[in-house]
Amino acid sequence: MSRLTIITPDRAQTVVEGLYRDVERRITASPPGLCPVDMAAAFLKLCHAQTCGKCVPCRVGLSQLQLLLEKVLDGDGTMADLELIEKTARVIKNSADCAIGFEAAKMVLEGVIGFRDDYLEHINNKRCLFNIYQPVPCVALCPANVDIPGYISLISHERYADAVRLIRKDNPFVAACAMVCEHPCEARCRRNMVDDAINIRALKRYAVDHAGIVPVPECAPPTGKKIAVLGGGPGGLSAAYYLALMGHHVEVFEKHKKLGGMLRYGIPSYRLPREKLDEDIEAILSTGITVHTGVTVGEDITMAQIKEKFDCIYISIGAQSDKKLGIEGEDKRGVMSAVQMLRNIGDGAMPDFTNKRVVIIGGGNVAMDCTRSAKRLGAASVTCVYRRRKVDMTALPDEVEGAIGEGCEIMCMHAPLKIAGDEDDNVTALWAQPQIVGPMDSGGRPRPVAADAPPVRIPCDIIIVAIGQGIETQPFEEYGVPIKRGVIDALASSDFENVEGVFAGGDCVTGPATVIRAIAAGKVAAANIDEYLGFNHAITVDVEIPAPKLHFYPAGGRVNTTERNAGERNHDFNLIECGLTHEEAMQESSRCLRCDHYGYGNFKGGRVDKW
Amino acid sequence: MVNLTIDGKQIQAKENTTILQAARDAGIHIPSLCYLKDINEIGACRVCVVEVEGVDRTVSSCNNVVSEGMVVHTNSPKVREVRKTNVELILSQHDSKCAMCLRSGNCTLQDLANDLGIRKIPFEMKVPPYQWSPRSPLIRDASKCIKCMRCIQICDKVQDLHIWDVEGTGARTTVDVAYNNRIMDSDCSFCGQCVTHCPVGALSERDDTDKFYAALADSKKKVIVQIAPAVRAAWGEELGLSEKDAAAGKIVTALKQMGADYVFDTDFAADLTIMEEGSELLHRLAEGEHKYPMFTSCCPAWIRFLKSQYPDMTDCLSTAKSPQQMFGAVIKGYYAEKLGIPKEEVFSVSIMPCISKKSEHILPTMADAGAGQDVDLVLTTRELVRLIRADHINPADLEISPFDSPIGEATGAGVIFGVTGGVMEAALRSAYFLVNGENAAPDAFKDVRGQDGWREATFTLAGKDLKVAVASGLGNARKLVKALRRGTVKYDFVEIMACPGGCAGGGGQPMKDGLEQAERRGNHLYFLDDISELRFSHDNPAVQALYKDFLGEPLSEKAHHLLHTDHHGWKMPREERMDEK
Repeated sequence: MSRLTIITPDRAQTVVEGLYRDVERRITASPPGLCPVDMAAAFLKLCHAQTCGKCVPCRVGLSQLQLLLEKVLDGDGTMADLELIEKTARVIKNSADCAIGFEAAKMVLEGVIGFRDDYLEHINNKRCLFNIYQPVPCVALCPANVDIPGYISLISHERYADAVRLIRKDNPFVAACAMVCEHPCEARCRRNMVDDAINIRALKRYAVDHAGIVPVPECAPPTGKKIAVLGGGPGGLSAAYYLALMGHHVEVFEKHKKLGGMLRYGIPSYRLPREKLDEDIEAILSTGITVHTGVTVGEDITMAQIKEKFDCIYISIGAQSDKKLGIEGEDKRGVMSAVQMLRNIGDGAMPDFTNKRVVIIGGGNVAMDCTRSAKRLGAASVTCVYRRRKVDMTALPDEVEGAIGEGCEIMCMHAPLKIAGDEDDNVTALWAQPQIVGPMDSGGRPRPVAADAPPVRIPCDIIIVAIGQGIETQPFEEYGVPIKRGVIDALASSDFENVEGVFAGGDCVTGPATVIRAIAAGKVAAANIDEYLGFNHAITVDVEIPAPKLHFYPAGGRVNTTERNAGERNHDFNLIECGLTHEEAMQESSRCLRCDHYGYGNFKGGRVDKW
Repeated sequence: MVNLTIDGKQIQAKENTTILQAARDAGIHIPSLCYLKDINEIGACRVCVVEVEGVDRTVSSCNNVVSEGMVVHTNSPKVREVRKTNVELILSQHDSKCAMCLRSGNCTLQDLANDLGIRKIPFEMKVPPYQWSPRSPLIRDASKCIKCMRCIQICDKVQDLHIWDVEGTGARTTVDVAYNNRIMDSDCSFCGQCVTHCPVGALSERDDTDKFYAALADSKKKVIVQIAPAVRAAWGEELGLSEKDAAAGKIVTALKQMGADYVFDTDFAADLTIMEEGSELLHRLAEGEHKYPMFTSCCPAWIRFLKSQYPDMTDCLSTAKSPQQMFGAVIKGYYAEKLGIPKEEVFSVSIMPCISKKSEHILPTMADAGAGQDVDLVLTTRELVRLIRADHINPADLEISPFDSPIGEATGAGVIFGVTGGVMEAALRSAYFLVNGENAAPDAFKDVRGQDGWREATFTLAGKDLKVAVASGLGNARKLVKALRRGTVKYDFVEIMACPGGCAGGGGQPMKDGLEQAERRGNHLYFLDDISELRFSHDNPAVQALYKDFLGEPLSEKAHHLLHTDHHGWKMPREERMDEK
């Protein structure tokens, strides 16, 4: 008898390990709209299978909970059953010996509170409050509801111009989104059930890169209506584009020298080359939109003056003002905001960071943009200081990895304390307090708390504050537009209850968000403005989508894009990402499972031809 | 064209043709269940699956298209296994008591299970319970529903009323009234198009034949039956009678054999409707410009639709009752006395191609003759067929009997009430006479005929252009109403029938899966009109006598009392909810 043995997993265990990974991916690809009580019951069954069987609450209690949930789902539940579910779950939570039991019960308990209405509907009316209203996961999760399976299929047929035309039905910033969209569409891609999500954004870029110049559709006959769009960013220009297609006269008022908003004044050209952005803007303007640049509402012209001349106003000014840290020394020379830095870059006024030690404060995509730009501007060292862990950063992981690859430092778990300077008030260092990861905040991210350690001094010459942006609401507040918690308080329909003929959307309503959300807001506003003006123009496109293939690329991997070598790219502002090869684009597009056709898609909501 | 091989046969098909269609065109029958051409091509039942060489899994043929060089096998071992197992799975959730099912013998699932030789099911039976409002004229039996989703699609795509929806998610997904509503609280028009497109016995009319038997058994009741125009074009279908052999007079004989005391022709009331509605139209035209046209009011499903969807347009409806209700009112209000029957003893039955009529006759506004509801019972054509079968009457042996006097035969104008455009054409024939004092040629207004869902025509009446439109199917009705509201069209008079093709395609008519029969039946009604001696409603001698002896003239006070109605006298559920707010 050996005293110890090496444990090797047997075949069954190996297969089960594989199944765990399958389940993880499957949950990732859960379609929206499922009955939460049904899902809770299913999770409960899984939890119960994990029980070791030693303790009563877990072994018996979870089983009784399952029966009770099934009873509710079958329409046979009563209010007494709901009380029993709550009590039993509470008892398991309070008495199970280990997390297998008490965490399982906690899930049930959270559900009884969190989706109580659905429990009640099952009990009182034998019905469910949920249904699958949008069956194509990528389309459902794209804020602008772009026809993703449609354009992927066009790409697989090498019909790139048609792909661009199809995308433009819902999103006129085809090239910009091909480069910088955060691709929420990929999050719940059904292909996750097979292997991995489709690389949707890379495919879109392939289409854009190979489509050539694609003319925009003809505008509808002039309606005689005039609309002012305030702010020439992605949201404003999207609204302007669709309104122009509907036959309305549109004038865009832009504060800066050039159009593009945060696409130009926020995103560096190594992510979005300016000529690509200009392609989109040229296409949008080719619908006959009038543009006034260098005009600030509230200074050069008032809301009232605009309202007099126009039938309708769309406010899409974005979130352009910078947020302050509120720490000592923030006014020292060498401290600048991310907005200011990126705006200068956008206008071609490149700051010179040669041989400077640069510190960036923040953990979002804007912080990464500043970090990587600083490196390109010749900085001797670039350090991004962030008070949480790297995994908690809101920046896309690729951005963080890219910055590290280019030679930037990410200094996590350090909260800025104060900024030190020399006698001439020049920045000399950032003092930061080391942090320890603490309990969860309400959003489910662990909160950083001050660690039992002395502050550290980070010597530097430049500090860039990238902790978020605010909205310049004053001229609109004066006009009577409601403001709530620093943002414009528009309805989901982009209008206001008591402000006639004024609509608003994008970052100035949501706070800083993504390009595609601003575009979606512009689309919503265009539809509702058209309706408000008494019209019902449909935006549509006459691209025929190819019939789906009968079989797909077998389970395998996702094609990821490559980047130029870090050592080469960190000296210039040229595009980092390399596009897909033809071979890669064809393989990747053939992985799409065509949820517009297979499954629920060919029944309901697989394709929205017009809006 | 695309070249492919199906079951070893070289065939050609147009591009984008489904595999199923290509096969059927080539004489190869691929069985299907949920499939309904152009309406429901969702591959839900997985019965129409085929094997395509080079594709590992089976492919649903109803919604996948042919491609060049494709090699298809419709009965490979894999297909056989998949098809049979899937039907077994469907049956495991289906109440297969076929002996007691009204669709037995006319059920796609039954045929399929029989064809596949399924004798027992290896799965545990899990049949959902039947739960439905007994008051509803339209019945859904959850224990029979196979979730083919056709009802949802018909109501969405054809009728544009969206009454049905998928309910619940996951394993408990089923079909029910949308928005967690209940049928009697919904906007349902009771058109019954979901019923006539249900492949099994899940959807049906409420069977009221027992009430008919009870009346026949009641010695104190005189049972008076009226038969709607469209019934004669369809009743023979399930009884094996050709159109030619299915004369309305045979229904008269059959009903008399069952014990009915009198059998009349609703066509007479259709002629009466023309007199009233036609006069109302001329009256309205004389008033000058109206923003919206006058709408016909014969179709209760259309009235329910308009009142729930566009309640502000209710006053555009003609106030004339439907022929069924006019007939009910004059039977109890006038003819009973003439026949020497106390009106309280009359049990008035109508045989209709329609389910919505079952909701119309119980309206509080439909009791004008002073003896309860003017019509006591409504039976559909399908229930009539069931009555004939229950009594084992041999339809082939039936004699042709005349309709009872004093009403007797009606005109061709009344007959075409059963087909889309027919009310309009009959009205125009009489309006022309009322204006000009002489008859136009009977076919002068045939431009309004056809199967297009929305048709328009312009005629000259009293020196002025009369713009008319005809729509059938509620989806087309909605399009027309929307266009009126947007001001893109303008008409003087509009006929709407809720069912595509009109009452000929009514929700109470016999059905055959995959076969749309409204057009053929409608043509038969036009044929009957064509061979009628009388083609004009105002020439109907019984109608003339009724005005002379009792009503006076169209739109008289008596006529208003018995033949017209207040469409605001009752409310749709939605109107009631709005009142509560």
